[in-house]
Amino acid sequence: MASTYTLISSNVLSGSAASVTFSSIPSTYTDLVLRVSLRTDTSASFVQTNLTFNSDSSAIYSATYLYGTGSAASSTNYTADTYAREVYYDGANATSNTFGSGEIYIPNYTSTTSKSFSAFGVEEDNNSAARIGVEAQLYRNTSAISSITWAATSGQNFVSGSSFYLYGIKNS
Amino acid sequence: MTTPTAIEINCTTGEVTERPLTAEEIAANEAAQAQAEADRLAAEAEAATKAEAKAQLLAKLGITAEEATLLLGDN
Repeated sequence: MASTYTLISSNVLSGSAASVTFSSIPSTYTDLVLRVSLRTDTSASFVQTNLTFNSDSSAIYSATYLYGTGSAASSTNYTADTYAREVYYDGANATSNTFGSGEIYIPNYTSTTSKSFSAFGVEEDNNSAARIGVEAQLYRNTSAISSITWAATSGQNFVSGSSFYLYGIKNS
Repeated sequence: MTTPTAIEINCTTGEVTERPLTAEEIAANEAAQAQAEADRLAAEAEAATKAEAKAQLLAKLGITAEEATLLLGDN
């Protein structure tokens, strides 16, 4: 790992929570990396989660998605979402105590142009139904990113033990 | 039903706060959930339509899926 890869902040849930927000993110880095290990209490094996920047739920998130299950693959494009869809993570029907893992990479998060970023997430259930989602995403806002909110879908929660690690990367 | 909780970590001060979601946040989450479910159903319907079309074509050609793969290759 590069020596410029610095942990900004982290949180490991000791109880359930519907969302986790990193606020007042310093603008002193070049890129941001958010690494997570997630499981929700949604009644499903695999779930979508939602990411927003700067508490902004305008329809200015777009993305191209690639999904794979090991036996099939598909792709979808969204152009005017009110959040960035992050897939796939474990739901309540996945094998007990298994967590999905994923990463968001946000280069040039303080730039004055739209922010392109990449993401992947994997749902793992120690069974045959594991799957992966890979996303090329865009946040069409020219403000620097100063907060990131990762939320479970409506009425659902991230379960205890889910973890969130935000890193900053400097290019020098 | 208990009100969902939001956790906020202030990266500058390190302070962690926990609060109930606002009505607006709950409404936004519900809209997102509805959209996600609609998208999932649409994707499943599209996949089912494609599978049906493939099955009909194979029946028309009088070959199995395995035989079609042999003809076309794995790619």
